[in-house]
Amino acid sequence: MKKEKTEYKLKIPSKTDNLEIIRSFVSHVAELVGFNADETYKIELAVDEACANIIKHAYEKINNDHEIDLVIELDFDKMVIYVTDHGKGFDVKNILNKDVKEYLAEMRVGGLGIHLIKALMDDVEFISKPGEKTQVKMTKYLMKNGKLKSIA
Amino acid sequence: MESFEVSKKEEGKVAILYIKGYLDAHTAPMLENELQQLVNQKKYNILVNFNDLIYISSAGLGVFMGFIENIRNNDGDIKLSNMNPKIFRVFDLLGFPTLYDIVNEEHEALTKFNS
Repeated sequence: MKKEKTEYKLKIPSKTDNLEIIRSFVSHVAELVGFNADETYKIELAVDEACANIIKHAYEKINNDHEIDLVIELDFDKMVIYVTDHGKGFDVKNILNKDVKEYLAEMRVGGLGIHLIKALMDDVEFISKPGEKTQVKMTKYLMKNGKLKSIA
Repeated sequence: MESFEVSKKEEGKVAILYIKGYLDAHTAPMLENELQQLVNQKKYNILVNFNDLIYISSAGLGVFMGFIENIRNNDGDIKLSNMNPKIFRVFDLLGFPTLYDIVNEEHEALTKFNS
């Protein structure tokens, strides 16, 4: 029999004050599932980066009506995190085609978070529907070669 | 609560910033403010000691990017020391070790500034 997926959700105002709560929420779930300290740290940082990007870029003004939707989906072998905002969206291709060296050469800060997310997580997808939503889907696998990563 | 603190001291011509706690998009403006004050005072030899830093995100790394060009144009540098492996890895993932002088111990950076 197939086991049902478990979901954890957090809806929180898009403000930097809340990054601490977001990190705490994500790291607690990751630890509960069985990720080791190193993997938990990577997940926590990737989610921080995705949310910090939303806070900085998605909405024109900061106010409590703007929210970040965080959904963590647990499957038997992986944790999938959806970070969604309903702001202005961004050009996904433009960001993904840039090399991290280009950002460093240009002394630009904005794109670094996205490169970190890609380096820290196993799979990353960006979906931007301007005027509707922008979503980052990040996956971290719990198993590696059939073994739990924490004991592999 | 996850806080962030900066304290500073001067050792000869070098200004040393000790950063402690969590450096993220919320706390990065505090570090930015401290660096701006040093630049305003024309103190361009800056050492940042990471010994008590627990967490850093790209917003923290971005602070250094915002100042390094101006500081080097004034014959100074921002050197970084005492990073724990977790913090160093974030710098490493983004290619910072090729751009910044990152040393193990504070005294190594001081020697470099004074040589």
